[in-house]
Amino acid sequence: MSLITTLARLEAVRTGRAQPAATVRHRHLSDRPLVFVPLITAGEAGAPLGALVGTDRDAPHLLVVPQPRDRDLRFAFLAELAGIVLPHVEAYADSVEAAERTETDPETGKRVKVEVDLCADAAQLIVPSRAGVDFVRLLGRSMRFRRTAEQDPEAPHPAPPRVPLLGRWLTHYGERARVPGSSLLLAMTDLLGRHWATGQSTLEDQHLGALLAWIAPDDEELTGAEAARRVELARDADGQLLCPPAGPATDPAFDNKLLAPAIERYDRARTALAAAEDGLEADDRLGALTAAEREIRALVESRTRPTWDAVWRGMDLLRELPAGAHVEDRWTRDRWSFTSHRDRVLAGEPPQPRRDDAVTAANKLATREREQARLEAQEALDDPLVMAGRRLAGEAFAGEVTDIVMAYSESKRPSPRPLVTVRTDDRPHLGERAKVYRSLGGKPQAAEFVEQQEEGVLVLRVVDKMGRGKEPEAGSVPKKGDRVCFTLFEHEQRGGAKLPDPERTPWTHGGPPGEKAAVPEAPDAQTEEDVL
Amino acid sequence: MTAEATTTAVDAPAVPVFDPGGEAARATAAILHDTLHGTERGVVVDSPPGAGKSTLVVRAALELAAAGRPLMVVAQTNAQVDDLVLRLAEKNPDLPVGRLHSSDADPYDKALDDLANVRKSAKAADLAGQAVVLSTAAKWAHVKVDEPWRHAIVDEAYQMRSDSLLAVAGLFERALFVGDPGQLDPFATVGSEQWAGLSYDPSASAVTTLLAHNPSLPQHRLPVSWRLPASAAPLVSDAFYPYTPFRSGTDHDDRGLTFAVPSDGSGADRVIDEAARSGWGLLELPARHTPRTDPEAVRAVAEVVRRLLDREGRATSERSAGPVPLTADRVAVGTAHRDQAAAVRAALADLGVTEVTVDTANRLQGREYDVTVVLHPLSGRPDATAFHLETGRLCVLASRHRHACVVVCREGVGELLDDYPSTEPVQLGTLVKFPDGWEANHAVLAHLAEHRVPWRG
Repeated sequence: MSLITTLARLEAVRTGRAQPAATVRHRHLSDRPLVFVPLITAGEAGAPLGALVGTDRDAPHLLVVPQPRDRDLRFAFLAELAGIVLPHVEAYADSVEAAERTETDPETGKRVKVEVDLCADAAQLIVPSRAGVDFVRLLGRSMRFRRTAEQDPEAPHPAPPRVPLLGRWLTHYGERARVPGSSLLLAMTDLLGRHWATGQSTLEDQHLGALLAWIAPDDEELTGAEAARRVELARDADGQLLCPPAGPATDPAFDNKLLAPAIERYDRARTALAAAEDGLEADDRLGALTAAEREIRALVESRTRPTWDAVWRGMDLLRELPAGAHVEDRWTRDRWSFTSHRDRVLAGEPPQPRRDDAVTAANKLATREREQARLEAQEALDDPLVMAGRRLAGEAFAGEVTDIVMAYSESKRPSPRPLVTVRTDDRPHLGERAKVYRSLGGKPQAAEFVEQQEEGVLVLRVVDKMGRGKEPEAGSVPKKGDRVCFTLFEHEQRGGAKLPDPERTPWTHGGPPGEKAAVPEAPDAQTEEDVL
Repeated sequence: MTAEATTTAVDAPAVPVFDPGGEAARATAAILHDTLHGTERGVVVDSPPGAGKSTLVVRAALELAAAGRPLMVVAQTNAQVDDLVLRLAEKNPDLPVGRLHSSDADPYDKALDDLANVRKSAKAADLAGQAVVLSTAAKWAHVKVDEPWRHAIVDEAYQMRSDSLLAVAGLFERALFVGDPGQLDPFATVGSEQWAGLSYDPSASAVTTLLAHNPSLPQHRLPVSWRLPASAAPLVSDAFYPYTPFRSGTDHDDRGLTFAVPSDGSGADRVIDEAARSGWGLLELPARHTPRTDPEAVRAVAEVVRRLLDREGRATSERSAGPVPLTADRVAVGTAHRDQAAAVRAALADLGVTEVTVDTANRLQGREYDVTVVLHPLSGRPDATAFHLETGRLCVLASRHRHACVVVCREGVGELLDDYPSTEPVQLGTLVKFPDGWEANHAVLAHLAEHRVPWRG
């Protein structure tokens, strides 16, 4: 945790309210986000109990699995989910604009520009908490290798038609969520945690209700700590939490006292219906089964609706902040990612493999490290409060230009290398000849640290972005009295080295992945526990 | 091998005399044999601190070049590459050496310009035909060749990340991998748990991946540390290399550190005397939770350094006939964090000391000094994170010195360690590293406790 975050948290404790950690919004928020609030069954990792999903905050779709251990009901849930998520995703996938991309020409090996489709916008998925992101990933993994009756008529439990495709999309969203700064799949707790500092630990911030209690409490009389405590612990006369957890895990008191008896009633009604001996009896018992199912639906809705509303409330709070200048740029990367997955699906490629091969893993890691550095730099450039944190950490400094001395490089064609003196109250960790950068019309201009004349008076030598002539272009060199802000970190990231193609994986990394991996992988073998 | 013989022997005369030079020579000969005449595509050499890794790399490079095999050398930093180039040129000034460098400003040490047979270029094609071409892993990753090099030497292979080896492994047919398994592991700036347990986890060390895929490669070990004094080698070996012990090349009488100016009785002077006498000194400040740049501890470090220089120290060692003055360039300060290093530098500047190296463990890797002053990574902390417990961090800090090491620390680290045992999640399929940071920290702390000096009083 950086020093400025610690200070903000201390201030939150003292004032009893969350403190802003950003002055602009650092993540893209779609006009029509798809919100997904899932619940899972205790003790059955990956068995959904139900969910609220949709784009209309007043009319979410309620999906419920009345008996989570029933494979057919689970498939029905997933099919219903696919019926909501896929049309939403595909609406975005169908609307494209022309864009240019640099590709390597397979014949000449040269880099050439090609015109390709880029989705004009991408579908955004928002879940309440980080555990929700993990659950999206888990759902994706559990679905993408399933075979439908059409693909494999012999399969014992064929998946409904669109379920494997949903699995591939959710896998893509889950993977993309690991890229720093991406906004395709976001957790509301992460979003709020990025923009506000509360007086509780980051672990406690994972509780969406508690986090909101610090930022915007319902009861203005309470301090953030009191409100958060109430949200976390207060129970009604029946021992049920007043504010259910954001999930996907449920509260054990709810499981034991309300859910388990309801599911038992449902099971009994179902057994009774199966045992009905004539039509009249069956009608009667079907009524009982429907009532039992309705009861479970009401229970699931009562536990997801508060979270659903909290997610939308969080979004209201975030929309009050203007978007950061680089947010659009990062969202465009998300659109490229969305488009490339769409293209893979359209091209009939197999689902994402169970494990990355060596080259893919290395490429992903390199990309994410680059995006992390890019995100840190862009957030600081977009937001003076974030920059203040970097200044406090000695990674940037702001101050006033007190002197300019014109100087030139020692070469045959001397180029301008003006010396700029900056007076600053910051204490940057400047090493000998350290490079520093400032933003000049959105592009980084580099300078070199020359010397510290006295405490807080730094001399820098500007080394680029001054044009080709002997005299620097107008406006390219700061003037006396200008306020400037230099960073010790680079603003733009260089592309990494190109790794070999997977089929040329070297001997040190096990050689090319075997032929085996090229064919689509089979789903996990069935165990007895799968069929209850 | 020899460890068993020495510990079980009862009467002194029966103990076989440990011959460091002979042991080291035998190990080196076996390594060179496998490298030049072996059938496997790779050879791995584990080298404890100061065991002559660079000497081995230079010697292997010269022998491979003499055998007419085109050789590329991969190191991790530009400083390491320049150092190897200088050493190669010193051993064989006639050898045509290529230094492949980046296209940034000042990409290499200016000292290379004075070497007649060292050609420097940012393009690999310009260096074709040189017997040995050296560069960093990052630069090699951008090189494309039609014909791979016959042989490569990968230096500091344990500090190289698996993905970085993936980028360069296509450039050579066979390779000698040299490194120190006890130092800091490479790290990633983003989470990489998703690949934990895979044999080619891109964030693991290059050697881990290499051996996972090629378990039959010959593995060697350099058995003698020439840097660490007899007072330090057993501690570092026991604490950080429990299953691959090593010895010091010198004995207790071979090295000495004396001061012309007597102690003034202050904490700084007494800890310096303790360290000069025993090789270790622990300057202990009263227990307190502090910010990372604990002003009191930083001042204590600076004061110890100031006194080290003021008291006209003289170091006796096997390297020279007479005592050598302890100058500022032979002293270093090691910290865990960069802001701590910056704070120490500022405190030293206030005391008029500017020539002493102050850096983090990451940057001190591979360097050597007569005396080091270390700000303990856990000093004053309220918690012990995985970063601060990392075995390699403490190992680097505790193994840079030829004579003595002074550790500055607040009381209460032992209790802190007991309160925070390692809690990193266990990942299936990954090799558990021994010893863990917790155990190593306790081992070092227990030893340092015998050389404790309180800061005031």
